[in-house]
Amino acid sequence: MSRYFTDEHEWIDVAGDIATVGITEYAQEQLGDIVFVELPDEGATFDKGDDAAVVESVKAASDVYAPISGEVVEANGALEDEPALVNSDPEEDGWFFKLRVADTSELEGLMDEAAYKKFVASL
Amino acid sequence: MTVTDDVVPLEEELPLEKLPLDRWHRARGARMVAFAGYEMPIQYEGIMAEHGWTREHAGLFDVSHMGQLGFSGEGVDAALEAILPSDIRGLKPFRQRYSLLLDEEGGILDDLMVSRPGDGAFDGAAIYMVVNGATKYDDIAWIIEHLPDEVVMNHMADQALLALQGPEAGAALATILPGTADLFFMQCGAFDWQGVPLWISRSGYTGEDGFEISIPGDAAEAFAEALCALPQVKPIGLGARDSLRLEAGLPLYGHDLDPRVGAVAAGLGFAIPKRRREEGGFIGHARVLRELADGAGSRRVGLTIEGRLPAREGAPIYAGDALVGEVTSGGFAPTVGAPIAMGWVSTPHAGVGTPLEIEVRGKRIAAAVAAMPFVPHRYHRQTS
Repeated sequence: MSRYFTDEHEWIDVAGDIATVGITEYAQEQLGDIVFVELPDEGATFDKGDDAAVVESVKAASDVYAPISGEVVEANGALEDEPALVNSDPEEDGWFFKLRVADTSELEGLMDEAAYKKFVASL
Repeated sequence: MTVTDDVVPLEEELPLEKLPLDRWHRARGARMVAFAGYEMPIQYEGIMAEHGWTREHAGLFDVSHMGQLGFSGEGVDAALEAILPSDIRGLKPFRQRYSLLLDEEGGILDDLMVSRPGDGAFDGAAIYMVVNGATKYDDIAWIIEHLPDEVVMNHMADQALLALQGPEAGAALATILPGTADLFFMQCGAFDWQGVPLWISRSGYTGEDGFEISIPGDAAEAFAEALCALPQVKPIGLGARDSLRLEAGLPLYGHDLDPRVGAVAAGLGFAIPKRRREEGGFIGHARVLRELADGAGSRRVGLTIEGRLPAREGAPIYAGDALVGEVTSGGFAPTVGAPIAMGWVSTPHAGVGTPLEIEVRGKRIAAAVAAMPFVPHRYHRQTS
């Protein structure tokens, strides 16, 4: 399994043709206390860059984009009851949704962990 | 992912200014954002934790961006009664009132605190006023335009302003300034801390007991340090200040109040006493009379929201298919444990309990008009 990162502070784990998407530790720190996550419906299809989810912190609402194109096969229902999971465990239990990858070539432009760390350090 | 911060600089073309406590905030781990032309701390450890701390203990807020104005000279009371709808002549020494700046049409230009330092106890001023940070330069221009030559206005730009708020604020401040224990809500006085002159009122904008402390900017860091050395006190950012004031039902200028709305419709008629309503003689009086006699088309109301999805500023409010209002402040309320909002709703739908719907990202969520405050005020009143 490979983990990719975007400059919009999302992470993507790819296993076979399924990609799990969440936001990074850096993103949750920037957002602050998360009080609500609006997740996509199963079966929804997105093009890369579409609005896929919304995360609401105490102070603001933020869009989460589909980092690659695909069809939603599962959303993380645990976030409905416990949105703060995104704060406490953003890169594991606080995942947002799983996509069936439409075009694996879209992964090519994404960062690996070392590149993302470097990117965050430059901000 | 894009974070749409709702605290944006109002004067984006101007470079941001720094507050006297800038270095201190950063050293304490604050995240700084642009607000009202200044770099200000939005949070230290997190809005939820800071909100909760203030409701249980005491939080120290830096509100030095606000405008502090001193007035003196012959006829100052009469001059200010021409500008403010409050009873200034009847304002006793060491007492403070909430007031408003109204324009010619009775629209709200700002909301403010006005007090009378006794015996020139604060910088020789006969009257002391605190106005909002984002509006202060407009306020100053407006006031100067309407002030007679005999009355002098001094913008106390070198003074910092700190607010200490929460149920333990009284006990905390009394450990370093015992005399402050004698102040009740909306009373004020001059104090001395290690040779530094302080002007302190027992007031604030969180719904809790607390104080607002004016201090020379160059002494602010040492004083903030002394307060935060007390076990009850932690520094609190603007984020929690906003969620606290929303729960307290207190309007925020530029969001819940603006020049389109009048004082009575805004639910702020309490700031205009009987004598001033009857005699008039202040800018904007006609609208006050009209709204008192005929009511207003819309009213500022509180809104409770079903579910967990917050409704934010700008969200439209519906009664069935009819658009009846708009959210002007909204978010998750940590003490309530649910989203709440404040907004303007047309008068037939503004009664407490009226079921309404708010549209958020194309979805309707159920809401109801609620009595404010959402969290009871706990002021240290003389009668209590």
